[in-house]
Amino acid sequence: MAERPEDLNLPNAVITRIIKEALPDGVNVSKEARRAISQAASVFVLYATSCANNFAMKAKRKTLNAGDVMAAMEEMEFDRFLQPLREALEAYKKGQKGKKEASEQKRKDKERKSETEENDKSREEEEEEEELHMEEEQDGENECEEEEIEN
Amino acid sequence: MSARNVEDKVAVNIKHVSLPMSRVKLIMKSSPDVSNINQEALFLTTKATELFVQHLALSSYKSGSGKDHNALSYSDLAGAAEESETFQFLTDILPKKILAKDYLKSLEELPEEGDN
Repeated sequence: MAERPEDLNLPNAVITRIIKEALPDGVNVSKEARRAISQAASVFVLYATSCANNFAMKAKRKTLNAGDVMAAMEEMEFDRFLQPLREALEAYKKGQKGKKEASEQKRKDKERKSETEENDKSREEEEEEEELHMEEEQDGENECEEEEIEN
Repeated sequence: MSARNVEDKVAVNIKHVSLPMSRVKLIMKSSPDVSNINQEALFLTTKATELFVQHLALSSYKSGSGKDHNALSYSDLAGAAEESETFQFLTDILPKKILAKDYLKSLEELPEEGDN
């Protein structure tokens, strides 16, 4: 939850960078203008959310989805954003899919690696493990005895 | 690590948005009726906010008076909010600044209109 009012602001450094990238080189943006754009961006988020939420409620859904946000952009007359947003969403979905595949691949590689390792020295490890367990058990017993003595 | 793996890793790590999605989510959730937001809706809202910042900055600059001396000022933004249909929702947070002198003058003019 937002506990402080500044939690509802967007980070100034990022906003400033986006403004700089949008304007021609060398344009000076006053501090007051930057602050105003940042506030406008927060209001934009709220306005878009409320529009999108209306579409979700109309459809009796409790979760905002991509279609609701796109419909909100149209309603707000930001039609110019629709095409870039569609493209960005496509790229984002691909990225998310790639992430999943990558982590699955990683998991498989790990499994394969551990399998070969197990085959190589499974017997050795088993023996070692047994020895370790015995040592641990002995240690444990010793500690118990010591405690008893202290008591 | 093989070359293929390195490439994959780069592809996965491409940043799709520069604004933090967690912060945008916080703002969205501060809206009273909103209960759940799926990941794609959050991503789109974040991206749209970036496009909005670019669009607001650029169109205010183009229509504003600062164009001659390479500057974007508050009054350019307030002007854009007042004139452009799509930026109308910003007029509350981007009020046009007027000089006290002009304001007082407008107050003087009002009663006269009332008398008539």
